[in-house]
Amino acid sequence: MSSTTAVDVVMPQMGVSVSEGTITKWNKQVGDTIEADETLLEISTDKVDTEVPSPASGVVTEILVPEGETVEVGTVLARIGGEGAAVAAASPPEPATQPAADAAEASASEGQAAPDQPAEAPVPAPAQEASGNGKSFVSPVVARIASEHGIDPSQVPGTGNGGRVTKRDIQAFIDSGGSAQPAAPPQPAAPAPTPAHTPPAAPQQAPTSQEPQAPGVGEQFEPMSAMRKGIADHMRRSLDTSAHVTSAIEVDMSKVVQIRGKLKKEYEAAYGVNPTYLAFIARATAETLRDYPWVNGELRGDKIVTRNYVNLGFAVELADGKGLIVPVVKNAETLNLLGMAKAIADIAKRARDKQLAPDDVTGGTFTITNPGGYGTFHGTPVISQPQAGILGTYAIVKRPWVITDENGADAIAIRSMMNLTLTYDHRLVDGALAGRFLRDLRERLQTWGESDY
Amino acid sequence: MAERTYLQAISDGLREEMRRDERVFVLGEDVGVYGGAFKVTLGFQEEFGSWRVLDMPLSETAIMGGATGAAIMGMRPVAEMQFADFVSCAWDHLVTIAAKQRWRVGTPVPIVLRLPSGGGFSGGPFHSQNPESSFAHIPGLKCVCPATPEDAKGLIVAAIEDPNPVLFFEHKHLYRRIKGEVPDERYVTPIGKARTHQEGEEVSIITWGAMVYTAEEAAKQLPDSSIEIIDLRTVMPWDKEAVLASARKTSKVLVLHEDTRTGGFGGEIAATIAEEAFEDLDAPVRRIAAPDTPVPFSPVLEKAFIPQVDDVVRGLKELIEY
Repeated sequence: MSSTTAVDVVMPQMGVSVSEGTITKWNKQVGDTIEADETLLEISTDKVDTEVPSPASGVVTEILVPEGETVEVGTVLARIGGEGAAVAAASPPEPATQPAADAAEASASEGQAAPDQPAEAPVPAPAQEASGNGKSFVSPVVARIASEHGIDPSQVPGTGNGGRVTKRDIQAFIDSGGSAQPAAPPQPAAPAPTPAHTPPAAPQQAPTSQEPQAPGVGEQFEPMSAMRKGIADHMRRSLDTSAHVTSAIEVDMSKVVQIRGKLKKEYEAAYGVNPTYLAFIARATAETLRDYPWVNGELRGDKIVTRNYVNLGFAVELADGKGLIVPVVKNAETLNLLGMAKAIADIAKRARDKQLAPDDVTGGTFTITNPGGYGTFHGTPVISQPQAGILGTYAIVKRPWVITDENGADAIAIRSMMNLTLTYDHRLVDGALAGRFLRDLRERLQTWGESDY
Repeated sequence: MAERTYLQAISDGLREEMRRDERVFVLGEDVGVYGGAFKVTLGFQEEFGSWRVLDMPLSETAIMGGATGAAIMGMRPVAEMQFADFVSCAWDHLVTIAAKQRWRVGTPVPIVLRLPSGGGFSGGPFHSQNPESSFAHIPGLKCVCPATPEDAKGLIVAAIEDPNPVLFFEHKHLYRRIKGEVPDERYVTPIGKARTHQEGEEVSIITWGAMVYTAEEAAKQLPDSSIEIIDLRTVMPWDKEAVLASARKTSKVLVLHEDTRTGGFGGEIAATIAEEAFEDLDAPVRRIAAPDTPVPFSPVLEKAFIPQVDDVVRGLKELIEY
């Protein structure tokens, strides 16, 4: 769509628990022309890094929030003027609602977007300052001091030109006890009854870490990304919440290896998808979870939640090795092997390309993590809250294995063996239940024929 | 201690060295009978005789060549260009021979070249320049630019002691205008050590020569701001450590000089701060200097040309408010 009136681009709602996002990169600058759905900027939340498409075609007339700044959902980030528009200032006050709706739609989370988000968020700074020496500019010395003390410069009141944070400002901020405390996102009213689709909501924790001192000799500080902070908070909180216990089982994957060898070429040629071992395991896991509703369940207050569906999360390592995201395959119990392989390939690719929509990372009921790619044979993963379990899959290796032939005679054979771990919340899942789950999962992987998948 | 003018301090230092060391002698135009165009060597010929206070023909080439030869032969000539501007006539002997002699053959070349420099009195384009950056660029030469009577005496002594050619830029506008307490005894002000003219926390002004006083006046007009003034005293070698320490302290630096802007020595200082103290800067390093033209004769235009107190105040405000 091409607009003759200015269209607001707002910070999209990235899942119900996410109330703010950080602008990581503007792909367009003021004066650039952009097509509708072309990527305008990249944002980072504690949940997901993603690209924000332009809601309209036209010229970028204003960029209101600079890179590096964190703002609330609904804040106007930029304006797209009509074609050839030089300045958006002349627009009548009426365009706010319609473009805001467009933007919300473009953010692909309309269903969950809070409808009462202010369409006209407070404009942080006059346009001319947003791109110049405004608050956005961080001088070298301020950047260094901020990094040494773990401070976000945007949290420091600035008295310099255009509100810039000066060296004196940040020193006064430190002297007055300001430290690495992030801006507090609004707290959900009652955290106790967590709704089914609520992803791990970051509870308000008193900042436990002391303000970091200057780095020691040979040390360097680097800032923590929003994702890293999100992971850190979630991991700590999960261990504080669930009673983690891990059970392991050895699985003879020889049959899976054989079936996969047969299907691989066919799947790649016909469907362009690789039937990975992970897809086989996910398929068998989704099937097994139907028999173990508590493993697929959740403790919510004093209620046990069970479901008639399986939403499988997959831990995906990001390309630079500096982050992890858990996109979710919804209704995994409805997928056959081909569907599962396609779904996993799709979410993994979109995770690495930062193309995940907010719904892609929420609503999981059980998670599979696959550290075996590096040859590890055991681990104790941390449960993704508020789920009850996480399956770990490890390296498949050929090992001598005692088998019993049809005549009842024992023999040592070379088999493709793999360990599986189930880490479960012992508050809900007992060891025997976990053992039976693993036994049944092993049974499927060892005995299923091609048609069972 | 006695109160001396800047000019008297130079004269005192020079006279004492001539009394101490017979190798020291003076040569230049009108330095003898007339006592020098500015009277720095008034009475010298009476005291030291015409062989140690040589009136030279109107030829800077001859003065510089003679000084170079005498220095190579073991003497300690103190040559005067009547105005620093005319050193261009002496370029070949100074830059080609004197500056490189020690590096080529190892002989010391202990020359002092006194260069009355600077404007502020409608001297026009031939009698007002500050050419220190041209010579700071020549390896083998040292450039000294004292601002106070005490430094003028201590640095002329240091220059005479130094085994290298030293260009002694003495600012004409300071000669009789600036007075100060000067120790009676002999002392040496080291070449390459800056002086903190006044301490401050908010902005550093790096300057030298007559601009030290312009900086001081500007700082006085901003009594609510804490301005540090570093007087380099010598631009080659220059006191990097002092400049960087001040830059790291205040994080805002204004480099001020009377010479023209492009290729002026302030560029070297600004570049060094950018290279070595980048992570300590809270604002771009600012330069205030003369525009890239010859020095105008008209008093109005000269005032517009030479950095004035108001210009520095404006620059300081921009940095303070940045």
